Amino acid sequence: MGVEGIGASVVRKEDRRFITGKGRYVDDIKLQGMTYAHFVRSPHAHAKVKSIDSSAAMKMPGVVGVLTGQQIVDDKVGNLICGWAITSKDGSPMKMGAWPAMAPETVRFVGQAVAVVIAETKNQAKDAAEAVVVNYEELPAVPDIRAAIKQGAPQLHPEAAGNVIYDWTIGDEGATDAAFKSAANVVSLDITNNRLVPNAMEPRAAIAEYNEAEEHFTLYTTSQNPHVARLVLSAFYNIAPEHKLRVVAPDVGGGFGSKIFIYPEEMVALWASKKVRRPVKWTGDRTEAFLTDAHGRDHVTKAEMAFDKNNKVTGLRVKTYANLGAYMSLFSSSVPTYLYATLLSGQYNIPNIFAEVISVYTNTVPVDAYRGAGRPEASFVVERLMETAARQLKVDPAELRRKNFITSFPHQTPVIMAYDVGDFGASLDAAMKAIDYAGFAGRKEKAKKEGKLRGIGVSCYIEACGIAPSKAVGSLGAGVGLWESAEIRVNPVGTIEVLTGSHSHGQGHETTFCQLIAERLGVPISQVQIVHGDTDKVQFGMGTYGSRSIAVGGTAIVKAMEKVEAKAKKIAAHALEASEGDIVIENGEFKVTGTDKSIALPMVALAAYTAHNLPDGMEPGLKETAFYDPTNFTFPAGAYICEIEVDSGTGKTSFVNFVAADDFGRLINPMIVEGQVHGGLAQGIGQALLEGAVYDSSGQLVTASFMDYTMPRADDLPSFKLNHTTTLCPGNPLGVKGCGEAGAIGASAAVINAITDAIGNNKLEMPATPARVWHAIHG
Amino acid sequence: MSTIKMTVNGKAVSVEAEDRTLLVQLLRENLNLTGTHVGCDTSQCGACVVHMDGRAVKSCTVLAGQANGSKVTTIEGISKGDELHPMQSAFRDNHGLQCGYCTPGMIMSAIDIVHRYGGKLDEETVRHELEGNICRCTGYHNIVKSVLDAAGRMKVSQAAE
Repeated sequence: MGVEGIGASVVRKEDRRFITGKGRYVDDIKLQGMTYAHFVRSPHAHAKVKSIDSSAAMKMPGVVGVLTGQQIVDDKVGNLICGWAITSKDGSPMKMGAWPAMAPETVRFVGQAVAVVIAETKNQAKDAAEAVVVNYEELPAVPDIRAAIKQGAPQLHPEAAGNVIYDWTIGDEGATDAAFKSAANVVSLDITNNRLVPNAMEPRAAIAEYNEAEEHFTLYTTSQNPHVARLVLSAFYNIAPEHKLRVVAPDVGGGFGSKIFIYPEEMVALWASKKVRRPVKWTGDRTEAFLTDAHGRDHVTKAEMAFDKNNKVTGLRVKTYANLGAYMSLFSSSVPTYLYATLLSGQYNIPNIFAEVISVYTNTVPVDAYRGAGRPEASFVVERLMETAARQLKVDPAELRRKNFITSFPHQTPVIMAYDVGDFGASLDAAMKAIDYAGFAGRKEKAKKEGKLRGIGVSCYIEACGIAPSKAVGSLGAGVGLWESAEIRVNPVGTIEVLTGSHSHGQGHETTFCQLIAERLGVPISQVQIVHGDTDKVQFGMGTYGSRSIAVGGTAIVKAMEKVEAKAKKIAAHALEASEGDIVIENGEFKVTGTDKSIALPMVALAAYTAHNLPDGMEPGLKETAFYDPTNFTFPAGAYICEIEVDSGTGKTSFVNFVAADDFGRLINPMIVEGQVHGGLAQGIGQALLEGAVYDSSGQLVTASFMDYTMPRADDLPSFKLNHTTTLCPGNPLGVKGCGEAGAIGASAAVINAITDAIGNNKLEMPATPARVWHAIHG
Repeated sequence: MSTIKMTVNGKAVSVEAEDRTLLVQLLRENLNLTGTHVGCDTSQCGACVVHMDGRAVKSCTVLAGQANGSKVTTIEGISKGDELHPMQSAFRDNHGLQCGYCTPGMIMSAIDIVHRYGGKLDEETVRHELEGNICRCTGYHNIVKSVLDAAGRMKVSQAAE
């Protein structure tokens, strides 16, 4: 390991601009002649739009135009789509209802846009939006899953009878039923996985500019995947062909999944910029983020686990209703199916699994991928069942898990996934040691004497990330391939640009990816620039989500580097009059083994571009490209244990200790990896204790600001104690797995297991607020 | 419209603005100081914290007119040329930021906390005092570390001055 190579906790290159206020986020950009958009949004969860009168608004100061849903339909801008086709158990395709960017006829959730005002200033646009008169005819609304599937419930889309989008199954139902029939013990649980709002700190924003002479659009947007945005805007929404649309995602202030999707506001900004022949800027405020960003989770599940007389798991049966909101967001269909049910085996050897997932329309904002996306829900089901089983079978929860761990790899689960490698016992051991699991009984006793209820909770998670082999996801219905691209340009003076299809919005790619170059080519990271987030600069790439950037994007960089090395070695061998096979690279020098002859990389690069003396037939230049398609998912796994204390008088939970032991394979920058875990844990703990989106029965979002939706704050969280165990991923040359989502996947079950252990009542829903905990104790 | 005069990062400025203009709008839109961010509009998240006459304020909840005649310092005004403020260095050295969006407000709040407590800061106090600043990326673990580290550095640099 060099000081800047793989394994070094290098401080981040990108930080200087952020700590000095020089970051460049979308809202920081101003274009000449720019106008401002403000949307007119529905106050009703379900209503017919009878008429829109914009005459008064048009007369207000600074108003450039008022555009409506009917106009966007008339201009043949395409409806929003869901890009992952799911087939129901009866063989029928999923039922996708029409979703125009602004509603011409019917609104189906509070906050859905019906019109947009474009004005000279933001305040003028806001003022005029107040003057747009929309006449609605209210319809009955149904925001809750349980209500939406009842007979006689209000129907959202004519395509989807009973509001059911699909009824999908995975696994062997007959074999699983048989396992339950012959079980010695069965454990069952009803689980609600609470609805969450991603709440990246930077609200979504978009600036669209239309160049009339070139018939060319530029879109600056808060995106995790600008190329995917361009593809969808071109191929499905008819904004412009790809070569006439540049998408730039500059500094992006967090995503957590919510900025994967292409939203109506971006489409409207582009369309409107051509209509008004001026650049159009839209910046969402926080309440718009609550009302219109895709939410996460929102499952209602019944789950049962069968055990034989030796406490070995023999079967798992799961039925889940998933709320997808009023429309199908871009990848929404895949989240409760292939990202959820395929992880229901957890870390355990479970011979029979059957899961049925019924996805449902409701009058709420669409639900899609949020940090973990399906895998937190799966992990929660499995780990709550394991804990419940241990209590019911009167065995130690850690030991019950250990008894059922998968210990030989590769391991084919009954639900598609083939785990490549892991050592689940090692991470559990590390976590138990870190928290002094053996000493817990004594600590609990002592706390009891002090009038406190103390509990300990274990959660052993696994996730499939680094999504994914394109062929595999294609066969499961994905509308896109999930490879990644990289281009490495060695400049004539020897500095390097790495152009990547991954997108950094907090993950530290500008440092981690440089470390890959430093390790291999010996170039200081100050001499390397990572370029991303601009479709004019970077060739097609798939972006950042699903903990894929190092495993897929990083590997693409390695593959491009291999090609650069191969050509550079030929040039060096020619210059040094040596055989190509004798050239080795050490600290940026190309050396002839066994001699003192060498040539530095900048001289090789210069030779490549002057082209005065290259091997016969060689093209000038030193620039290579690679597209890398992974051969499997990667499978990060680990154990989280938390120890908490509950005040029985108030129901308040306090952390005594929270330990993590994660196996992410090889760590490129341990400091950055640990930062990712901290953030994930905070979101998992937030789900367990604090966060929950609440719609009232009429479909109003009651928690639509930071005043009402409880975001984790500094004094809600403990300091975390992190540990690492290592099994190298065999599926990629770096041996890396992926670390972005782990904390959010594993933490919530550990917290709920600990609280229910402390209070001696297993019935507790998330978020476990003091009021809920108090009632769980006192009835 | 009113004329608002103030000193921003040591420079005298005079701006014509609508009476309803917020301090954060004036800084971002009129003065192009885009390091100060807006994360919520309800005074909850603290992404917009600046110093007004030496005290941390949420600039989304201050009318620009209220700041008339005052001295305002933003994230752009705390380093001395290329030399970072100790709080900025501490955030970088302790990986106290990820996406960077909440960071300017965090740093401005944190400097104010250290000023108010002098050297007498512990983890619990820092966590309590940071209640008005929301970060979605870091889980606060490294932010708390950064503030405690900077408190030590600021003591040393004050002693040196």
